[in-house]
Amino acid sequence: MIRDITIGQYYPADSVVHKLDPRVKLMATVCYLISLFLFRNAAGLAVVTLGLAAMVWLSKVPFGYMVKGLKAILVILIISTLFQLFLTPGETLVAFWKLKITRQGLRNAGFMIVRLTYLIMGSSLLTLTTTPNQLTDGLEKALKPLGKVHVPVHEVTMMMSIALRFIPILIEETDKIMKAQLARGADFESGNLIRKAKSMLPLLVPLFISAFRRANDLAMAMEARCYRGGVGRTKMKPLVYHRRDAMAYLAVVGYFAAVIAVRLLF
Amino acid sequence: MSLILDHVNYIYSAKTAYETQALKDICLKIEDGEFIGLIGHTGSGKSTLIQHLNGLLRATSGSIYFQGQDIYDADYDRKALRGKIGLVFQYPEHQLFESTVFADVCFGPKNQGLSEKDAQLRAFTALREVGLLEEYWYRSPFELSGGQKRRAAIAGVLAMKPEVLVLDEPTAGLDPKGRDEILGQVAKLHQNLGMAVILVSHSMEDIAQYVQRILVMNQGAILLDGTPHEVFCHYQELESIGLAAPQVTYLMHELAGRGIPVDTKATTLEEAKAAILQAFAKPHP
Repeated sequence: MIRDITIGQYYPADSVVHKLDPRVKLMATVCYLISLFLFRNAAGLAVVTLGLAAMVWLSKVPFGYMVKGLKAILVILIISTLFQLFLTPGETLVAFWKLKITRQGLRNAGFMIVRLTYLIMGSSLLTLTTTPNQLTDGLEKALKPLGKVHVPVHEVTMMMSIALRFIPILIEETDKIMKAQLARGADFESGNLIRKAKSMLPLLVPLFISAFRRANDLAMAMEARCYRGGVGRTKMKPLVYHRRDAMAYLAVVGYFAAVIAVRLLF
Repeated sequence: MSLILDHVNYIYSAKTAYETQALKDICLKIEDGEFIGLIGHTGSGKSTLIQHLNGLLRATSGSIYFQGQDIYDADYDRKALRGKIGLVFQYPEHQLFESTVFADVCFGPKNQGLSEKDAQLRAFTALREVGLLEEYWYRSPFELSGGQKRRAAIAGVLAMKPEVLVLDEPTAGLDPKGRDEILGQVAKLHQNLGMAVILVSHSMEDIAQYVQRILVMNQGAILLDGTPHEVFCHYQELESIGLAAPQVTYLMHELAGRGIPVDTKATTLEEAKAAILQAFAKPHP
């Protein structure tokens, strides 16, 4: 039940997208997300759809994996669509009771669905093709200039990678604690909201204690190996740009130019 | 009245790339009041098997009968079953959560729908039975030592008055003294309360002197099933799956191999001593 959570799940495959430098992929994802809010007509829609389709095809990740992530935002998707649909003023198409659907509302709702869906698919493409370690490495290197203005970039990315590393461990731990309490007749499902919240206590207390203990142990182990933050620290596998990364940068710039051109021209 | 497993199969992550068969066609009958040792290497399916006994995991195919009733029947009360087949997991840290040990032991009986007073009575008896000194009862469970935590965890399940008590590696992480104390206490529980006890372990030495029957698991299937004497006769087979018979078994076989007429069935130190003394008391022919 609890094992089905797929946050930041990596899908191993041998594709061009997998091999790209994580910095390229980070930049491309940011550009893609911005482009989603730049287009405002059917031609623009065609360009962003084409961009996403090309990336999905190149990444060799099964389409089903991408769609899985959408389940999480289904509620948000429905609510925002309804708001757009009913609350946009303009030329009325259908009206019943106090609600009316306008032409503009229909259009906005449609674009909203596309934007949110592509947003999730685009960003899950990043996590599906990049291991958490690569991702934080890329982030650290990309944000390095911020270190000049005393932003603790290394520390922040280190925390990120530790947090990511602990997700599967804590999920497994939750599963075990849940079983141990179920064996003592605990009931996590029935009852009203307050009872349900109270019934979570036997699960949360051992989980918190174990998380703190693990954090303590990890800190100790890092100190024992003389960890002292990012200053002067080198990497075993430093990130190096290849030819394909340059090509990818060009492709991203080309794509972004196309989106802007379509916005200005049509 | 007994617990019967009939051709039980269990497959993890079915229909995905990670599909693994954790249990293969398990047929088993556990009688009332038996003291059983379940032995196997890490990943042999021991933990998966015991989670089937109280219905935490549902078999992919096959059926389980407790006291003549199919536990997978739609109208079977599986929550009540968890009270009848008490399962103590390996790490007490996974179940202790209350502010005092006593309150924690009350958790199980309260879930069974008992009144506050009855639950306290159960907790009182259970804590006595596991031999935890009264001075620890009103302390936080997190202040206890490893062995004491283990006792508190066992009491937490015992307070539900199970008919079968299943202990998953109750001695893991304990020093030899703590290990002997816990195992001795479990044997005493079995004697005093007359319930069936299943002791999961990967150490033969640990359980050889306590249990009446040993089940050996390998790769999801039951390989050997019999009294300790019968099982240890297959010590070469045990070795081939990464387990070992008690050292005494090796010694007795070695002695017999050198022509000393000892009884190779001895499994505990005491039995071995008696057998060797007996062999030497008789004049050699």
